Amino acid sequence: MGFPLLLAIIVTPLVGAVVVALLPAARTEVAKALGYAFTGATAGLCGYLLWHFQAGDRGFQFVYDQPWIPGLGVRFTLGVDGISLFMVVVTGLLFPLGLLASEKYITHRVKAYVAWFLLLETAIMGIFLTLDLIAFFVFWELLLVPMYFLILGWGSARRKYAATKFFIYTGLGSAFLLASTLVLGFLHQADTGVLTFDFRTLADWNGLSGSAEVLLFVGFMAAFAIKAPLFPFHTWLPDVHTEAPTAGSVVLAGVIIKMGAYGFVRFSFELFPQASVDLAPILLVLAVVGIIYGAVVAAMQTDLKRVIAYSSVAHMGFVILGIFSLTVIGIDGAVFTMVSHPLTTGALFLLVGMIYERLHTREIGEMGGMWNVAPVLTGLFIAAMFAGIGLPGFSGFVGEFLSLAGAFLYDRPFAIVAALGVIFAAVYMLWPFKRAFAGRASGAVVRMKDLDLREIVVVVPLLALSLFLGLYPKPVLDRIEPAADRAVRNFERKTDYRSPEESRDRRDTERRVEREQRRAEAREGEK
Amino acid sequence: MNARDILDYLGIIPLLPLAGAVILLLAGRRIGEPRAGWLATGMMALAFLGSVVALFALLSLPADGRLQVNQVFTWIPAGTFSVGMGTQADPLSVTWLLLVTGVGLCIHLYSIAYMHGDPLFSRFFAYLNLFAASMLILVVADNLLMTFLGWEGVGLCSYLLISFWYRRNDAATAGKKAFVTNRVGDVGFLLAMFLIIATYGTLEYTAMAPAAEIISAGTATAIALLLMVGAMGKSAQLPLHLWLTDAMEGPTPVSALIHAATMVTAGVFLMCRAYPFLEVSHDASVVIMWIGAITALLAGTVAVVQPDIKRALAYSTISQLGYMFLAIGVGGYEAAVFMVLCHAFYKGCLFLGAGSVIHGNGDNQDMRIMGRYRKFLPVTAFAMVIAWLAIAGIPPFAGFWAKDEILVEAYAHGDYGVWIVGTVAALLTAVYMTRLIFLTFFGNARYEAADAAPAVPVVSGGSDEGDPADADGHDGDEDPFEDHPTVVFGEPPRPSRLHGHRPHESPVLMLVPILVLAGLSAVGGLLNLPFGKLDFLHQFLEPVFEGAKGVKATTAQKLTAEGLSVLMALIGVSIALLVYRRGLRSPDRDPLVDRLRPVSTLTGNAYYWDAGVTRFVGGPGERGASWLNRVFDARIIDGAVNGTAWLFQWAGRAASRVQDGYVRRYALGILLGTVAVLGFVLLWAGR
Repeated sequence: MGFPLLLAIIVTPLVGAVVVALLPAARTEVAKALGYAFTGATAGLCGYLLWHFQAGDRGFQFVYDQPWIPGLGVRFTLGVDGISLFMVVVTGLLFPLGLLASEKYITHRVKAYVAWFLLLETAIMGIFLTLDLIAFFVFWELLLVPMYFLILGWGSARRKYAATKFFIYTGLGSAFLLASTLVLGFLHQADTGVLTFDFRTLADWNGLSGSAEVLLFVGFMAAFAIKAPLFPFHTWLPDVHTEAPTAGSVVLAGVIIKMGAYGFVRFSFELFPQASVDLAPILLVLAVVGIIYGAVVAAMQTDLKRVIAYSSVAHMGFVILGIFSLTVIGIDGAVFTMVSHPLTTGALFLLVGMIYERLHTREIGEMGGMWNVAPVLTGLFIAAMFAGIGLPGFSGFVGEFLSLAGAFLYDRPFAIVAALGVIFAAVYMLWPFKRAFAGRASGAVVRMKDLDLREIVVVVPLLALSLFLGLYPKPVLDRIEPAADRAVRNFERKTDYRSPEESRDRRDTERRVEREQRRAEAREGEK
Repeated sequence: MNARDILDYLGIIPLLPLAGAVILLLAGRRIGEPRAGWLATGMMALAFLGSVVALFALLSLPADGRLQVNQVFTWIPAGTFSVGMGTQADPLSVTWLLLVTGVGLCIHLYSIAYMHGDPLFSRFFAYLNLFAASMLILVVADNLLMTFLGWEGVGLCSYLLISFWYRRNDAATAGKKAFVTNRVGDVGFLLAMFLIIATYGTLEYTAMAPAAEIISAGTATAIALLLMVGAMGKSAQLPLHLWLTDAMEGPTPVSALIHAATMVTAGVFLMCRAYPFLEVSHDASVVIMWIGAITALLAGTVAVVQPDIKRALAYSTISQLGYMFLAIGVGGYEAAVFMVLCHAFYKGCLFLGAGSVIHGNGDNQDMRIMGRYRKFLPVTAFAMVIAWLAIAGIPPFAGFWAKDEILVEAYAHGDYGVWIVGTVAALLTAVYMTRLIFLTFFGNARYEAADAAPAVPVVSGGSDEGDPADADGHDGDEDPFEDHPTVVFGEPPRPSRLHGHRPHESPVLMLVPILVLAGLSAVGGLLNLPFGKLDFLHQFLEPVFEGAKGVKATTAQKLTAEGLSVLMALIGVSIALLVYRRGLRSPDRDPLVDRLRPVSTLTGNAYYWDAGVTRFVGGPGERGASWLNRVFDARIIDGAVNGTAWLFQWAGRAASRVQDGYVRRYALGILLGTVAVLGFVLLWAGR
């Protein structure tokens, strides 16, 4: 075994957290510098990972495997595939930017802030990289702690309510996750005599009875649906977003809410294929409702940050829609959205944070006319807004398009209703934009300063990346594809589900059209 | 390099204005006025040059081999689906390239003078160039998804340019409305693409013809109609037309370029590309034909009574676009493209002319206070008179040939219903255009009378909130109409904003493009004369629409349809001349409006469709959404969450009361517990 890269990605921020925590409280500058150093180093490791990841490989790469609690069969197994790869990379990218964005905003107890922030990164990396269910649960719970303290310590007015709500609500989901994990492990032991929580071993085992599988699927779903957040389990999200500090919101919207969707593809699909196939329509209904409902409610918000929070509900609806379309194209689209959404929504949250630092309000009614005084801020906001709306050319469109196409292949009504979300997306973004930015400047807005270089540097990379991936998504899709394909083949192998992409009728028409097309082109060529 | 190699580089054409847009967005302010304008114009000139080269390269190929597809790179590969970025050079795309770059060049040039002194001068040209780039991407694309990329790009630019003067609430609202309405159409476009993916897998245009043969008629109908929904949004067809008139809030060159000459024809382009589906689906053709005919008629009735010069032209545009869809519905694709070209010439000229009038009239758009402006703006008047004759359908100007070809096609095709509707709409066209020209340039001069009239405070129409104007202590000499340039039907005449000056002619830089377009509207018919071998455009385009079951009109049919439509045009001009020859007796007395009450009230308000939609969205729509937010989300869903939490808290507190330290109560608890466990075990074991 070579250099344990994945272990290093998890441990680096952890070491950073410990080191920063041990610093004397007065050394603010050192704490910040160490924060940049450790998040930067982690980002570098992620870059290395991205560079050396084998695009065509369907399995897990960079696997690291050590016994952890031998008595319980718990191992510390790490691995990365096309689905987790980009979540890890995006996490690596967002954390240094998050620190940079906090530069002005976080002025008190900087040391503690940096330490919690680094611990948060460890938890997230662990969640996306671990392949042992118990270790996964440990990281899943570990995440709550730094997030709780970050909201409580550096949040807005109602931070206590929000922090508690987040902790208890998502913690409740975790309880179901733990119970289901244990039951799954013990059932496996009863059947085979081996106690293990290794995800790959459990996925290969198919000794679950139908009803047990459904119950366990629902247990996992409780955790994932709350975190996703799937309608109607979404109400914690706007509350937490409004109260969390900007960097917290960026990480929350960027990667934390992706963990639910990730859990479905990684664990539910492979562990409970039959239940996933059977219950897919229910999840699709919730996803479609979430898309429309999130958009409508987003349009009604008076707080700019809540608009974006509710828009995340709609966007995550698209992700779940793509995942449970059970098609390669849909899963491709969903995972791609999971990569793209952090970029666009991250940029929006950062910009709203910058507006808040200037006006000390997020109420749209107290803004108005910002376009006059802050053209750079407005220009970037327009770019981020249209990226969020899903304008082709930005990454959001690619994911949305593929998710919808997948859903259309699975069952048309889902896609037809969900496509209406495209209209509402324009409404909920353009309406607040008009009220906040157009018109004449008045009140505090008149004296508002435009963005400085640091702030531009924070936002531009996200938008540039979104634009690049919108025009050339191939490198990302090529890496997601084998894993998405593996998930669908897994269904076809273990259940009687058949992907509509492979239906013989469709294949026939496609081939005939292709043949005719080639013949016509040949005819043109002769001439 | 042979012609095919040259055509492989078609993708460079959109990249030129794109480069201009990027440069201007990043460094526009440093480049400044007027260099930013010249840079953008230069890029358009280069793009035009490129299009001309493409035309000659295409012409050097044999007529039925004029197709060159070049896949540049794979854009979105996912599973069995894959779509690329590539270019398709064929007569259709090259025609549109020439149109967009040619008319675009004229309008860029015009804008240098029109936007003179605007603090956002360079940004305007950045948007204009970005628009041109998107439109060119839309046109050169070799597949539907890449066309959709351009399609949304022009939507974005349209949004940015309509709300260009963002300080004005009306402008910002209009931009938003345009984008959202277009998104309604986009859903249709998206679903059409999904249906194609689901049935035959590839979005390439070259696959459409073979696919249409294979798939079922029902699917073909669905694909065609869904694409038509997209086209209805972009090309402002009933019932999605309501954004186009509000789009007049943007600067006038924008109205000319985007909302008359180029972008609104994107829907026509799309339907031309999708013609194989129309060929196999009679149902879809009939629907499209009637949408076009009804739009042409109704928009014409609305245009007839508008007091605002730009709004009248906007409704005229909707009506003319209706003709194009009528043509597509009856299978006259070449006729539709011919109409697109001619319409771009004369409507571009009319809008630029209207811009010149507004510019010389102290930014006032109210035709009722104009009159006799030919004395003050002779060049503009000359150009607009030519364009008027062209659009009214007077031979030998361009509009006559274009419109008549459509009506002949409809007649020969046996669709007498739409033919009659189209002919009536031709009469209306002649009426409203004559009215517009005579109110503006002929009759009595009314600007002085209006100058003396007292200012009436304006009531903002259609905006969804109070105007925050003046809150920032704006300059004292506030013009109540500065923020509301649009004159809505039913509004009293505006006071003149000339402040004692006379209306004046525009600078040369503005007049040259107007005259160029006027010249094209005069001779545009030469592109496609219906005699012998003179129908160049028809011959050029025919291979694109291979297999289209066009009907060859007999000479008798041609004469009937053309004769009748010329007659209609003359009647229309005569009616309007009778009414408006001497102008208006008083600015608040429009004889046509007064005499046709209450019909004129209905048509003047565009049949209340726009107002109805606005009222529904702002009323029950917003109330429903607000209920979802305030009651359903906050109380019911979140209430359930917090209620559950509260229940646990309550249960916990109740349970904690048991832990009160009294040993005897603990003992009792233990006792009861033991009994329960024992009982359970006994019962269990006893089974």
